[in-house]
Amino acid sequence: MKIAEVIDLKKTYHLGGITVEALRGLTLSFEEGDFVAIMGPSGSGKSTLLNLLGCLDRPTSGEYYLGGEDVSQLTDDELSEIRSRKLGFIFQSYNLIQQLSVLENIEVPLVYQGVSPAECKERSTKIAEMVGLGGRLNHRPAELSGGEQQRVAIARAIVNDSLIILADEPTGNLDSATGAEILSVLSSLNEEGKTILMVSHDEKVAALARSIIRLKDGMVVNGSQLG
Amino acid sequence: MIAFRIVRTIKVGLKSLMLHKLRSVLTALGVIFGVCSVIAMLSIGEGAGWEAQQQIKLLGSNNIIIKSVKPPEEEVANVERSRLLMYGLTYKDAERIATTVPAVRVVVPMKKMDKDVYFGSRRVSTRVVGTVPWYPDIANFQVARGRFITFTDMSRKKNICALGEGIARKLFTYMDPLGKQVKVGPDYFTVVGIMEQRAVVKKEGQENLNLDIYLPLSTARERYSDLNVKRTAGTFEMERVELKQITVRVNDVENVPITAKIIRHILKKFHKKMDYELIVPLELLHQAEKTKRIFNIVLGSIAAISLLVGGIGIMNIMLASITERTREIGVRRALGAKKKDIILQFLVETVVLSAGGGIVGVLLGVTIPSLVTYFADMRTIVTAWSLMLAFGISAAIGVIFGLYPASRAANMDPIEALRHE
Repeated sequence: MKIAEVIDLKKTYHLGGITVEALRGLTLSFEEGDFVAIMGPSGSGKSTLLNLLGCLDRPTSGEYYLGGEDVSQLTDDELSEIRSRKLGFIFQSYNLIQQLSVLENIEVPLVYQGVSPAECKERSTKIAEMVGLGGRLNHRPAELSGGEQQRVAIARAIVNDSLIILADEPTGNLDSATGAEILSVLSSLNEEGKTILMVSHDEKVAALARSIIRLKDGMVVNGSQLG
Repeated sequence: MIAFRIVRTIKVGLKSLMLHKLRSVLTALGVIFGVCSVIAMLSIGEGAGWEAQQQIKLLGSNNIIIKSVKPPEEEVANVERSRLLMYGLTYKDAERIATTVPAVRVVVPMKKMDKDVYFGSRRVSTRVVGTVPWYPDIANFQVARGRFITFTDMSRKKNICALGEGIARKLFTYMDPLGKQVKVGPDYFTVVGIMEQRAVVKKEGQENLNLDIYLPLSTARERYSDLNVKRTAGTFEMERVELKQITVRVNDVENVPITAKIIRHILKKFHKKMDYELIVPLELLHQAEKTKRIFNIVLGSIAAISLLVGGIGIMNIMLASITERTREIGVRRALGAKKKDIILQFLVETVVLSAGGGIVGVLLGVTIPSLVTYFADMRTIVTAWSLMLAFGISAAIGVIFGLYPASRAANMDPIEALRHE
């Protein structure tokens, strides 16, 4: 089943008189259960693509169907709604909220869905245990290692039963051992059926995905299927 | 459920304030001070205004009080030697006013002299007031025991007197003064009445009515010439004054201004010098009200400015705080926060700061007047409306000055925010 599809997606920026065509008409589709690595040199548009797929931005033209729904022209409020219900984000620098505990951090997407505090706590605790953080629920991000913080981020990205996890250089701030751990968590999530789109500049990391899309100058250059 | 979301967002805002307790308190200080000082100042103003009004009401708003005053130019010449000076209101003035001025209901002439009053070996230096039987009604000053001067006393020029509560106590202590005789000059007067206690007005130049002794005007006129000898430190003055005071009651408060004008006109016609003055309590009342209004406006402006400064302080801190938390805002947006969630989160902070400051300010503002009353012996009145006004404005400040920073936070581009720092 096509979980996400973009048709002739274009994004153009106007920066002080200069026009930058970040994406020049991409047409892609993703199936449920895909694990895709998006690669390319800087300026290729991979961050832009991730932002658009993550509904953090709207395309200049083209269509984006997420879970069968055309989300390309939705309002800001509607996109926020989509993000809290259907998407999960993992960032290179974890981006946890420092004043909140591990449990509270995982709950955030559910809070913005309007879920009751009791249910928030229940679901978040279960997810936390799934990623091996059961004993750290009341700790602050500052008290966790990098790997643990990223696992909180992963938990946060799946607590809302998201359709797609969007990961931007998830192992960028981690050493190779911890990075490998995180990637194995992602892999097992994917084996359970989660769709993951990952941006990476590291070939070794990308190799752990199941397919690679390469971008250059805002266009797809070479997609390859791995294993 | 929207309710859960709102409650959680409010909790986040509160938590953020608690995290930086010192900063929150310092930020709220402007509002606390503004609110507190407004309430305290207004209460002092209300108290002072009330006192002034009460004093004036005692004089009677339907009354016009005409007093004899020593004409100014004579004052200087009198310093070195004793001289006989004649001035002031006359019996004829009283008659004229009573008969010719419309709207005048009653005229009470009063003759006042400084004399020593004796009972046995006790002596009190006080004022002897010669007046008419209807004086108590005009002056709102009734007899507590016995009776006042009657028409018979007047027509027969009887040697009777009524004593003020204070002088009765001083001369008689625990004895019953009624029926006894006091000595004024060479004459004896039988005490027929004791006046009620009158509130002493704590202002210099105001007389303490409790020490006066009242005689029939006719008796006073006959026994004592209009000559009054005053012994003050160093000088020795003699003056001839027929009436020290005429109190006029006007039939309706509406007619007071025009009646005052007529009386001024009459007196001017028949007096060569400015040896009298008119005190119109109604005018004083209006003046007092006007003064109070101006006072309140000035206070209000000061308060508005200080609250404005407090609000700007809050806005400033919020802008800084939001800049610090740009990343967090981006993250929340990425996770599904709508613009209004962000606005609510930060608005909660400013409103809690300003409303909280308002509450603390109100609490302080209510205790300070009590301290002022205790230590400075001044009346203060804290009004409910001043509390509500001050608190309401402080809460509004939170919303007004919080809206700009909060909307800036909400309108940040999430992608930019995530890249921040």
